[in-house]
Amino acid sequence: MSKISGSKMLLKCLREEGVEYIFGYPGGKVIPIYDAIYDEKKIKHILVRHEQCAAHAADGYARATGRTGVCMATSGPGGTNLITGIANAYMDSIPIVAITGQVSTGEIGTDSFQEADITGITSPITKHNYLVKNVRDLPATVKEAFYIASTGRPGPVLIDIPIDVQNALIDENTKAEINLPGYKPTIKGHLKQIKEAALKIYNSSRPVIFSGGGVVSSGAHKELTEFARLSRIPVLTSLLGKGSFPENDELSLMMAGMHGTKFANLALTETTLIIGIGVRFDDRVTGKLSEFAKNAEIIHIDIDPAEIGKNVKVKIPIVGDAKNVLSDLIKEYRIIRDEKGDAPRQEWIDIIRKWKEDYPVSYFTDTDSLKPGYIIEKLHEIVKDNAIICTEVGQNQMWAAQFFKCSRPRTFISSGGLGTMGYGFPSSIGAQFGCPDKLVFDIAGDGSIQMVSHEFATAVVNKLPIKIILLNNGNLGMVKQWQELFYNKRYSETLVRDCVDFVKLVEAYGGVGIRVKKKEDVEKAIKEAINIKNLVLIDFHIDPDENVFPMVAPGAPISEMMVLGKEKK
Amino acid sequence: MNHIISVMVENKSGVLAKIAALFSRRGFNIESLAVGTTDDEKVSRITIVVNSDESSIEQITKQLHKLINVIKIQKLLPEHSVQRELVLIKVNTENKSRAEILEIGNIFRANVVDVTKGTIMLELTGNSSKISAFEELLKPYGILEFVRTGMIACSRGKKY
Ligand SMILES: Cc1ncc(C[n+]2csc(CCOP(=O)(O)OP(=O)(O)O)c2C)c(N)n1
Repeated sequence: MSKISGSKMLLKCLREEGVEYIFGYPGGKVIPIYDAIYDEKKIKHILVRHEQCAAHAADGYARATGRTGVCMATSGPGGTNLITGIANAYMDSIPIVAITGQVSTGEIGTDSFQEADITGITSPITKHNYLVKNVRDLPATVKEAFYIASTGRPGPVLIDIPIDVQNALIDENTKAEINLPGYKPTIKGHLKQIKEAALKIYNSSRPVIFSGGGVVSSGAHKELTEFARLSRIPVLTSLLGKGSFPENDELSLMMAGMHGTKFANLALTETTLIIGIGVRFDDRVTGKLSEFAKNAEIIHIDIDPAEIGKNVKVKIPIVGDAKNVLSDLIKEYRIIRDEKGDAPRQEWIDIIRKWKEDYPVSYFTDTDSLKPGYIIEKLHEIVKDNAIICTEVGQNQMWAAQFFKCSRPRTFISSGGLGTMGYGFPSSIGAQFGCPDKLVFDIAGDGSIQMVSHEFATAVVNKLPIKIILLNNGNLGMVKQWQELFYNKRYSETLVRDCVDFVKLVEAYGGVGIRVKKKEDVEKAIKEAINIKNLVLIDFHIDPDENVFPMVAPGAPISEMMVLGKEKK
Repeated sequence: MNHIISVMVENKSGVLAKIAALFSRRGFNIESLAVGTTDDEKVSRITIVVNSDESSIEQITKQLHKLINVIKIQKLLPEHSVQRELVLIKVNTENKSRAEILEIGNIFRANVVDVTKGTIMLELTGNSSKISAFEELLKPYGILEFVRTGMIACSRGKKY
């Protein structure tokens, strides 16, 4: 019986979980683990420059691949630096496992050097967390952590490991058994409910499908597409639902909500039946709740029973995994259709086609200034479906969502629930590690990128050819837009007009910078960047006054949209 | 309205903190809380009384279910369960009132658990209203200390 240290055991367990990468940063209370990493052959440790980015990278890796991402940090400040990243993953239900070092078990509770109660701090932003007090619990804890993170409604799990536990010896062959008597996610939907739903859907004259991140995470995009085409029901999505249904399809209404398309919001207002799948009816989509979809009944399919009925009244709740439920729904719907023929939907589809023609997402073209919509359309034209798009937060994110038509799941990666500036670039690092053969872009704002520009080092050192599409407007644009529209143009602290030369900045890290000020140079610059096998930042000097439209004012019903050129000036 | 929920949890450290934190984070007030082990040493039972409307109580039970260490949740209806609280009341007997206090205690079937020169301590179990009534009657004599447990409750009959 040979004994190994807790640290070695940890790596052994991670290997057994199929972990390829750990995004992390060392420190005093994880030195034993890093000592074990020194000899590690299989798992690669990626040194980031700030722990927040380790968590975002793990999150980006998870979104791009569907596998659980792993990040690591030392006790105290290492752990607290992870927090934004963990909260971000929690809000968007992304499976990551965060491992932190902790002071030794004997010192816990004494405010010893670099002690922080990280399980206490992260308890509201993790799906579950563990403080491992005895090395014999370590194997089972790691196994449970991965199981919990990746099953049911996914989410982050944190494992806090005191340094003496990292050093303690344990039998190499200790069996790890999952023992979670209270954890049994419902995967299969209730068949009676599904049958009832199929009939209701068939009989509805103006149904819409509202698809969210749950469809992407359960891998249900094929089933969703099949169901929508079979039943001929238009599909609109949340931000995280982008990629769950091809946006170039005639049934696609693209994204709904605050900056959604006008046709999606009109459809949500006029519909008689919403089939919500893997969505949580978040306020960014519903607008003023009391006015939301007044004429509609709601069928809500979600793996998390707590989401059903939380924000909106639901007629038929179906708890289950989206992929599983959709397969059953397709079967049941087909039975009805085969008996009665296609449901009469043409009138509704025609109305929607008209809306799509009348209210396209657009920008002014009769000007020389560089418009972000133009840049993203060009990007889409060049890379089509073959890229992964990560975004920062703000106007850049909304332009990306509006103008980049996604066709495949896991190709649009954005911070939805938490809206974290500085998420995009580190997540693109994770995505690029997870998908080495894909082109990975970070669509960024000049504010957001400066929160994480130190990670240029991580990208260059690891030879990641990520392309940053910097939509540089010199403003904290999205906040400025609100100030312009709702605060009398009192631009408090948002006209940054920075001194930063972004081309030089990226060059300082060994990357490549390209500056573009004219429309004519956009295409050439993007193509040039794609051919460079290194980190490239294209500094697009866009129209500093461009705003995101359409827009639903905060607290307004989604039927009341401000559109391009009609806003209050 | 008061709701009684009984939550079976894994008997592990930190579980109670997670439950309490969940209540405060989601904006629910706990009226009373009682925790104890069960016949299975790996399982603790937490009885929580919450004041809230029907839809909030549904949301809070669903959120509780999401905690990994929560094994089972039961909503206990007052008419289909037995509820008990335990109280220890120390009353002033300096005004020659001991006999009267003992009489009140007798009526309520309270036990005398400590007597000193100027004080008497009574122990009473019962449901909330009985305990409140008892408290009201003793108030005029001067309550020196009043300790009340959270409510525990158990469903009636075979239904579990
Ligand atoms: C960490 C963080 N801090 C503050 C905010 C609030 N906020 C939302 S958008 C925004 C402006 C973003 O500016 P920039 O990155 O330049 O993007 P733009 O909107 O100009 O495209 C701010 C400050 C946030 N979302 N995240």
